Amino acid sequence: MRDKIRIASGQGFWGDLLTAPVDQVTKGPVDYMMMDYLAEVTMSIMQKQKMKDPSLGYAKDLLPLMQSILPVIVQKNIRVITNGGGVNPEGCRDAIFKLATKLGIRGLRIGVVIGDNILDRLDELSSKNIDLKNMESGESLSAVRNRIVSANVYFGARPIVEALRQGAHIVITGRTTDTALTYAPMIHEFGWKWDDWDKLATGVVAGHILECGGQATGGNFSADWKSVPDLAHIGFPIAEARNDGSIVITKHENTGGLVSVATVSEQLLYEIGDPTCYITPECIADFTTIRLEQAGTNRVLLSGVKGRPATEFYKVSMSYADGYTAVGTLTYAWPDALEKAKAADAILRTRLGDLGLRFDEIRTEFVGLNSCHGPIASIPAVVNEVVLRVGVRSRDRAAVERFGQEIAPLILTGPPAVTGFAGGRPKPSDVIAYWPALIPKSAVQPRVVVTEAP
Amino acid sequence: MKIELIAIAHGRSGDKGDTGNVGIIARKPEYYPILRRYVTAEAVKKHFAGICLGTVERFELPNLCALNFLLHETLGGGGTVSLKNDAQGKTLSSALLRMEIEVSEPVQL
Repeated sequence: MRDKIRIASGQGFWGDLLTAPVDQVTKGPVDYMMMDYLAEVTMSIMQKQKMKDPSLGYAKDLLPLMQSILPVIVQKNIRVITNGGGVNPEGCRDAIFKLATKLGIRGLRIGVVIGDNILDRLDELSSKNIDLKNMESGESLSAVRNRIVSANVYFGARPIVEALRQGAHIVITGRTTDTALTYAPMIHEFGWKWDDWDKLATGVVAGHILECGGQATGGNFSADWKSVPDLAHIGFPIAEARNDGSIVITKHENTGGLVSVATVSEQLLYEIGDPTCYITPECIADFTTIRLEQAGTNRVLLSGVKGRPATEFYKVSMSYADGYTAVGTLTYAWPDALEKAKAADAILRTRLGDLGLRFDEIRTEFVGLNSCHGPIASIPAVVNEVVLRVGVRSRDRAAVERFGQEIAPLILTGPPAVTGFAGGRPKPSDVIAYWPALIPKSAVQPRVVVTEAP
Repeated sequence: MKIELIAIAHGRSGDKGDTGNVGIIARKPEYYPILRRYVTAEAVKKHFAGICLGTVERFELPNLCALNFLLHETLGGGGTVSLKNDAQGKTLSSALLRMEIEVSEPVQL
């Protein structure tokens, strides 16, 4: 049994820096690499892709990435854990197996975690009186049942640990808590017990620090962003975990970025609710017990974390179709930039009204002045230029499409000194609304399948 | 004396549905009691008038010299429903750091 492992963060979201995972496995020693691809609405996008082509429905970025890192991770025996399987972990596995064959790599073992996708089980669950009511509003699922696009259970570390036990070099999951991708290898390597709440909670906290990639190592750092060296070559975080439950957050040497108590603290506060009650499938972590101390250059020691038993529920993430939106922008220049943008907005609204179009919301913002801070922002006396940004939302796709046709005419039929219409007419986008719920753990079972390359 | 929060704190914000989460951290441990005393849920609700349409909850993390706020009904519906440029509340923390507080005790800046 090793007494120390290094777990690298490779991706913090689908669309993250593509060089980061390559750097993580080539610029220094690591034993595991986790990659998070799934935001709340990502599954619905993948579900649509799979409906068009049953072989898709996973993070396609994984393939060119695997093409470049497979030889390295096999040679160095670095194990990769990712939730990039989306709604089709098996399809993702098969595509990676094909790549491995092409690269002449033999004996590759890939584990998939499935069973999280309950889209086909919603009626069965409902017949068992499991109403996946909205955990925020309390509404019954029946309100949106016929518009549900995706439905996935957040599994934790258990099935990942099982896949690692069966010798998987790569573990591909569907919906999994982001944090599990980081603490599963600690449980696997150190044999932590499932009721060792404090150690599990420490792993969870490390997972929360790693799950957003560079956001823990100096990216998006508000305390003193100018002090962060070489953001162009930012090193993503690495958790150096020891058997005794102490964890050091660090990054590779000779990379940019910064690991300090301040950078790590900012990430700890990102997207949390009640800090005493950070719920995961395996335990509840108390973020008010976390102790951080600088333990060398770009090294922060994490200790003291207390945990307590998990709940009887898994969280379920569902999405449903809820109409359409479109956003149009135009740029107005001095003189009277803001007055002209406001006048254009009024003309646009009058024309939309004359057409009898119905929208659930029309929202106007002035980018450069108040789109971020709203009424908190003060407006300068002279505005050199401003972007008028108008968004609409409606169940009526035709109304949203027609709105898109009303933007460009403002250039020749509205106030002067206007530009910035290069992208063509704004197109309607699908609104995918989010429906969070809870499900008794007894109602769903993760399944683990580990396969060796054919 | 009047202090703009950015002088004594830094922070980060994000989203959970239509709720914005704003975490702020004291730049020095001695600033934490100031944050705790003056940056109340009520003060934050008032600061975000017209932006936060729901309630504001405050949680304390003395171990990190930090406060975490939940701003309900703040993101125009949240996610892909929202028409806001900042639909995910990424800039809410900097908006909070603009807040001015009037403190009665001496503060070494």
